[in-house]
Amino acid sequence: MFELLGIAPQALFGQLLLGLINGAFYAMLSLGLAVIFGLLNVINFTHGAQYMMGAFVAWMLLEWVGVPYWGALVLVPIIVGAFGVLLEKVFLKRLYHLDHLYGLLLTFGLALMIEGVFRKQFGSSGLPYANPLPGGTRLDFMFLPNYRAWVVVASLVICFGTWFLIERTKLGSYLRAAVERPDLVQAFGINVPRMITLTYGFGVGLAALAGVLAAPIYSVNPLMGSNLIIIVFAVVVIGGMGSIMGAIVTGFGLGVIEGLTKVFYPEASNTVIFIIMAIVLMLKPAGLFGTPK
Amino acid sequence: MMKAGTTKNRDLQIFAGLMALALIAPLAIYPVFLMKVLCFALFALAFNLLIGYVGLLSFGHAMFFGGAAYISGHVVKVWGWSPEMGIIAGTACAALLGLAAGSLAIRRQGIYFAMVTLALAQMVFFFCLQAPFTKGEDGIQAIPRRPVLGLFDLSDDRAFYYLVLGIFAFGFLVIWRTIHSPFGQVLKAIRENEPRAISLGYRVDQYKLLAFVLSAALTGMAGATKALVFQLASLTDVAWQMSGEVVLMTLVGGMGTVFGPIIGAGVIITMQNYLAGFGEWVLVIQGAIFVVVVMAFRKGIVGEIQAWWQRRSRNQA
Amino acid sequence: MRFKHLFVTTAAVLAAGAANAQMSDGVIKIGVMNDQSGLYADVSGPGGTWAAKKAVEDYGAAAKGMKVEVVFADHQNKPDIGSNVVRQWLDVDKVDVVVDVPTSSVALAVNQIVKEKNKVFLVSGAATADLTGPACTPNTVHWTYDTWALANGTGKAIVQTGGKSWFFLTADYAFGHALERDTKAVVEANGGKVVGAVRHPFPGTDFSSFLLQAQGSKAQIIALANAGGDTINSIKQAAEFGIVEGGQKLAGMLMFDTDIHALGLKTAQGLNFTTAWYWDANDNNRAFAKDFSAANGGKYPTMVHAGIYSSVIHYLKAVEALKSDADGAKVVAKMKEMPSEDKLFGKGSVRVDGRHIHDMYLVEVKKPGDSKKPWDYMTVKKTIPAAEAFRPLAEGKCPLVKS
Repeated sequence: MFELLGIAPQALFGQLLLGLINGAFYAMLSLGLAVIFGLLNVINFTHGAQYMMGAFVAWMLLEWVGVPYWGALVLVPIIVGAFGVLLEKVFLKRLYHLDHLYGLLLTFGLALMIEGVFRKQFGSSGLPYANPLPGGTRLDFMFLPNYRAWVVVASLVICFGTWFLIERTKLGSYLRAAVERPDLVQAFGINVPRMITLTYGFGVGLAALAGVLAAPIYSVNPLMGSNLIIIVFAVVVIGGMGSIMGAIVTGFGLGVIEGLTKVFYPEASNTVIFIIMAIVLMLKPAGLFGTPK
Repeated sequence: MMKAGTTKNRDLQIFAGLMALALIAPLAIYPVFLMKVLCFALFALAFNLLIGYVGLLSFGHAMFFGGAAYISGHVVKVWGWSPEMGIIAGTACAALLGLAAGSLAIRRQGIYFAMVTLALAQMVFFFCLQAPFTKGEDGIQAIPRRPVLGLFDLSDDRAFYYLVLGIFAFGFLVIWRTIHSPFGQVLKAIRENEPRAISLGYRVDQYKLLAFVLSAALTGMAGATKALVFQLASLTDVAWQMSGEVVLMTLVGGMGTVFGPIIGAGVIITMQNYLAGFGEWVLVIQGAIFVVVVMAFRKGIVGEIQAWWQRRSRNQA
Repeated sequence: MRFKHLFVTTAAVLAAGAANAQMSDGVIKIGVMNDQSGLYADVSGPGGTWAAKKAVEDYGAAAKGMKVEVVFADHQNKPDIGSNVVRQWLDVDKVDVVVDVPTSSVALAVNQIVKEKNKVFLVSGAATADLTGPACTPNTVHWTYDTWALANGTGKAIVQTGGKSWFFLTADYAFGHALERDTKAVVEANGGKVVGAVRHPFPGTDFSSFLLQAQGSKAQIIALANAGGDTINSIKQAAEFGIVEGGQKLAGMLMFDTDIHALGLKTAQGLNFTTAWYWDANDNNRAFAKDFSAANGGKYPTMVHAGIYSSVIHYLKAVEALKSDADGAKVVAKMKEMPSEDKLFGKGSVRVDGRHIHDMYLVEVKKPGDSKKPWDYMTVKKTIPAAEAFRPLAEGKCPLVKS
């Protein structure tokens, strides 16, 4: 058996797999951001808070109503997505004619409010959420908890499902057309404002779904979103907002790179994504998958 | 443009009036509180230079504020430098950091610029969390208040207040001078129409970078001063919430107005002081203010007053 | 919604008569500052204010003609907010003694200001042993626990019961490093061995990678040199990866009853840690816990609450003896001179460096089946006698200690 920089290959495989799991969350969140940005031209700062809400609504459904995890997986994106639709109708809609920066400021304010309310209501020490798939499989190189395996599979399915929906279906082609020429698409008799609203709801739903997936692994905590969203922003800058596939690939890829950093130089695991961002900005300012405007 | 001359004079008159008020303020108001307001007002002014006059929204200004606080705290406490040298060192380091961060960030525009600055600031935050000289989450504590220039004793809060007032006035005048200089006019041209500025032959990126560095340096001056006032440089100063706070101050006071950031800082700091006991509600209230201002008062307090004033004088004429 | 948390809610315990002209302004004003709503709100928080008021009441201050007021504030775990509040308290609001202040960074900032203004600082919630070490002042008393005592208690006991090889999972900041350093010293001094350590980012969410490294080290004990949410998450994820089932044991370095409550016994069972006080240890404690729980929505008191109670009683005793609260250093000197005694901490004393000396306890978390009543979470495995529980005076590098 050869060793790589003092790490046995078995251990390395384990760490790669863990990186992939974290990457799954980056991919799902940056995907949601990319979908929203594509159509609304808004950087949804509330995305982290909506991810957090996903986890909390799952917790509430379990504790207050008795809906188990698998039910939450379906219900939560709908509930939180509906909340997103409400936000869009009440607030965001009125800002489209202005500088995009106002959208950013508005969603930042909304994120602060949502986070503050949850902190006040639930404290910030976190709430437990029982693991719906306890146990695990002992592989050659590691003990793989069943739940984590499920997270990777689920997020891959969701990511590629979204990609397929937008890039390969008729609905998706309307969406893409509306991005390019909203006036023209409107003239064809498609209700563009409603499509925008629903797209925002869909992006928010994706964030909430990621939140439900995260609940059993990380404690359900009001701060879980704001810690993550800044990293996801960096992921988005690295990938560029050019393509759906770009968001997915960058998300998973950076998860793996971060995972490796945790083994070889754990002190830098917090900053490695930001360093990569700086390098990408120097070499390819529009991002890996972006097209310069 | 026609009335530029009179506006300039009016601004300076208002500023002189404000300074006169500030000179007697410590008789009635707790000086430590006043110093806090002044430091944040300078911070917001420096931030406003970017958003208001270049149209760049930085979501990472905490890195300059907190970074300079750590530097000045460290050189004063550990290396035994005098306070004025501490502030100069903090300002200089913030300017250098601004040069590095700025040359990366200005490669992107608009929302991307905001995200890049936010991410860079988060990187600086993690650096400060781990670097030994910042003392991690304890922060640099008990920074001594040495006599300034070796002469004036700063241990008395009132004496220190006048120094802070002087620093603030200096910062204000630098910014005021900048926006009324030819350089400032080019910045405005870039904000209004960047392609046209480029086609006119301006090296837009260099102008932007210079404005960014100036903004970072003045932010650093505010941060370094704050560290000496409170004898503390901590992670709060570099955290992303701090970047958000300064955006809020500027937004509330009025982006792109001369006095807006000062008013905004005063309002937000006063609010924080009186609402401190509400704990998490402060966050909710700040968020709500963001939403209300963005939805209904995009010009901010000073901007709305100016608009009202203009409407009135137009009606009279 | 708890709107009663207005900035300074005043709970005046009024006295009959005005025979207290010796007090700095006629009133002894106690300022309880802690985290009222954040991460540590359950560890001290509003319950801390309650404990201080309870101490004033039990001491019978009113009957003795002492006029005592309790005010409180929220520092949100931020040193700048904390130092702001305390400055204003001491300069403007005439507060005489600051109590509790969890979060080491805030406590160190307050420590300095209180010394400058010559008032009194009674620490219960903060962990850092520096408060009685290099940062000690003539105005500060550190009552309940500190990092050294926790590291010492847990480290020594585990090595002595056979846990010889250790792996550290350390939060990568000053506090985590200090815990690791102190525990490592104890482990090695008692014949144990440290086989490895990994620094995880703070605050962390995903510990799986680091836990896998800990698992790979084959160490018997995985020590968690972190706190709060990080500790909770590492314990949860250790359960997920079958680490405890695999035969390795976890040792929490800084844990409170409320953490166990958040984790649930199923996940936390078998965990060892050190505490200064446990509510179910004797009748006095149980009575205090009963009153506490009735007044605080069913929550139970932690060692921090008990420490606040105990330190306020001793402070009032010293002020009564001096008949003055004006000179903070004098009050603290009196507190060091007099032995302390109250129903929660029993007999004890305050050392010259400001360290309050009392017994500490090594506890183990019960199995779910062994828990008979609400908050019945721990069994006391060992009492660490006061003389051994805290860092020896000479090792603390406190300038007040003359060598």
